[in-house]
Amino acid sequence: MAKAVTDQARISSSLLPRRFRVQQAWPESATITSLALSPLEGPVPSFRAGQFNMLYAFGVGEAAISICGDPDSGDLLHTIQNVGPVSGALCDLMAGDVVGVRGPFGSGWPLADQSGRDLLFVAGGLGLAPLRPAILQALAMRDTFRSVTLLVGARSPTDLLYPAQLADWAAGDGLELAITVDRGPPGWTGMVGVVTNQLARALQGRDPASVSACVCGPEIMMRHTCLTLCDAGVPAAAQWISLERNMKCAIGTCGHCQFGADFVCRDGPVFRWDKVAARLRIAEI
Amino acid sequence: MWPRLGEGGRRRERDGSLSPLEDVMADGYILRDPRALVGALLEAGWRVIAPLERDGSLTPEVVSAPDELPCGLVDMQAPGAYRLQQQDSGRWFDAVVGAQGWKRWLHPAERRLWTARRDADGFSIAPAAEVWPPTVFFGVRPCDLAAIARQAEVFRQAGDPAYGERLAATRIVAVNCTRVAETCFCASMGTGPGVSAVVDVALTELEQGLLVDCGTANGAALLRGMDLATAAPADIAAARAAVEAAARDQIRAMPPDIADRLQRASESPRWQEIAARCLHCANCTLVCPTCFCTDVTDRSDLAGDHAERWQRWDSCFSPEFSYLHGGAVRRSVAARYRQWITHKLSTWHDQFGTSGCTGCGRCITWCPVGIDLVAEARAFAEEEA
Ligand SMILES: Cc1cc2nc3c(=O)[nH]c(=O)nc-3n(C[C@H](O)[C@H](O)[C@H](O)COP(=O)(O)OP(=O)(O)OC[C@H]3O[C@@H](n4cnc5c(N)ncnc54)[C@H](O)[C@@H]3O)c2cc1C
Ligand code: SF4
Ligand code: SF4
Ligand code: FES
Repeated sequence: MAKAVTDQARISSSLLPRRFRVQQAWPESATITSLALSPLEGPVPSFRAGQFNMLYAFGVGEAAISICGDPDSGDLLHTIQNVGPVSGALCDLMAGDVVGVRGPFGSGWPLADQSGRDLLFVAGGLGLAPLRPAILQALAMRDTFRSVTLLVGARSPTDLLYPAQLADWAAGDGLELAITVDRGPPGWTGMVGVVTNQLARALQGRDPASVSACVCGPEIMMRHTCLTLCDAGVPAAAQWISLERNMKCAIGTCGHCQFGADFVCRDGPVFRWDKVAARLRIAEI
Repeated sequence: MWPRLGEGGRRRERDGSLSPLEDVMADGYILRDPRALVGALLEAGWRVIAPLERDGSLTPEVVSAPDELPCGLVDMQAPGAYRLQQQDSGRWFDAVVGAQGWKRWLHPAERRLWTARRDADGFSIAPAAEVWPPTVFFGVRPCDLAAIARQAEVFRQAGDPAYGERLAATRIVAVNCTRVAETCFCASMGTGPGVSAVVDVALTELEQGLLVDCGTANGAALLRGMDLATAAPADIAAARAAVEAAARDQIRAMPPDIADRLQRASESPRWQEIAARCLHCANCTLVCPTCFCTDVTDRSDLAGDHAERWQRWDSCFSPEFSYLHGGAVRRSVAARYRQWITHKLSTWHDQFGTSGCTGCGRCITWCPVGIDLVAEARAFAEEEA
């Protein structure tokens, strides 16, 4: 007789979210909403600038959304653009509603390693959201860096994300702010043109070898920005971008976010430019 | 490759001595009829899962009676072709792997992750309750043992415990291959045709019965009380020779440097050429025992009070797989085929330290247009050489 059998095994659930309450919800524009979240139970998870959460809208689904609050004060803020069913349902949330949260996931902007350098943030469109935590941290330890510059690109002045925040930064003396729009309406006196055309100005008076750049926006914009920065003498190993890929799990099991040998959810979303530049040249990788 | 054959399942240590493994049988034994072991396991209350004949292929299914074990089956496999033939050889394990491997049990094709219900708080979430009965996988081939280990590593690294929990509650009776299909290339992948990992029990089919090797105390417990004859040294030698012959019989071999070569082949025109033949049906990814990709979908009732999240096998061949707002990243079939083969044979090494391919040959057999993974890999290797 074979030995009597073992016990039944209980198999754990996977990908279980925690419940968070929407403390506040406010529109940033007609299609963009920001949410401030706090956990129903348990502590606020600590996060690093550049990381993201998976947000679950009841019955609709989950989406990867960057954390755009200040990591040092633990503000769990998210800014979401309505582009489809899940992001739409998240944008419809109101104060008091409950949302499922998994995270934080992924790599962050490497601010801690940039002391003594000239920090350059380049944001295109919604790309300002994932950069915001890093900018806030940079300003909180402003003395660590030789300079902090933020170059923001948007389609038009009304498409600018966080206008009040930008005005604050412009009024303060922590960073140098430059804003450029693709199309300037009548009366617009600021810069016009894509961000890559404004990089030379943003680099003026800096030794390119001492510049560290964090770039976030549409993939094509990040690519051209980094190529232009390289041409200007900024080291490829001192530039970072944040990639977006389809994500279903954020833990490295669904396979959707693969980018060559990297899982964007686990090894990214923030990548050093020199590690991904060659891959980004390959179409449809 | 399989130091354990005839050594009572104990590991050969570096200094040549055998590892002490209490409770393990001292030497090889002969089991006359595998049904006797399956019967004893069933009687003891194990859920026994073994390859059974289903829809013209062999599929790991729950065994309800020992007589369900198929005898005398031989498989004819070729690119795009599979046929099971009944012979009166009286042999139990001549037919090798069928379309489906053990992944359908350890990494189910469909799984409810959790359920959520609206309540006064907003909603609450309940984990899905899943129980795994005490299980024996009976008849696992060496390539599939490797596949199980490789999938287990994916989920271990991700911190998703379910796969490992199912596996930990499973005993394994492996079978060394003494006959191979035309599509097998495990010898070149280092995964077979003999078992090289420590496994609870390994069987090798001989004229006079099955040579039984026991590698763990759990395996010894499975065998306790069985009517086993002691194997003669000649039996052990015969088993070794039969497995060595099976390695020599393999007509396909993966180029050893394929991982490096594919890294440099991303822009080869050959991808277009393969894409012209590939139907992007995703069969290859479904039958592949290491493919792990999943999709997650939501269901809710009409009233909207009850919601469920489900995980399902997905395939990098589907255009939606890489969808980002505005369109898929891998729009062309060429890009999707490149993703599949490059991941299997190259980037898996970077991610998990092994190849993602075990050499089981399933993707070759079950491709409706007979695209041959090994031939395609060779073409890349030769193109560059
Ligand atoms: C690391 C990361 C951070 C992100 N941060 C933000 C953020 O801060 N704010 C924000 O508004 N959006 C962000 N996104 C994009 C956001 O995840 C998608 O817009 C969202 O998943 C779209 O889902 P949908 O159902 O609304 O739209 P649909 O377009 O209908 O999407 C269908 C499916 O495609 C996938 N998908 C579509 N677009 C994207 C995308 N851009 N990235 C990943 N998967 C996608 C999703 O799996 C989605 O379920 C981020 C994406 C990633 C990968
Ligand atoms: S790629 Fe093909 S031969 Fe390799 S493990 Fe998968 S199905 Fe088997
Ligand atoms: S290689 Fe064959 S099995 Fe795989 S998707 Fe293409 S046609 Fe289908
Ligand atoms: S999102 Fe699933 S593997 Fe990265």
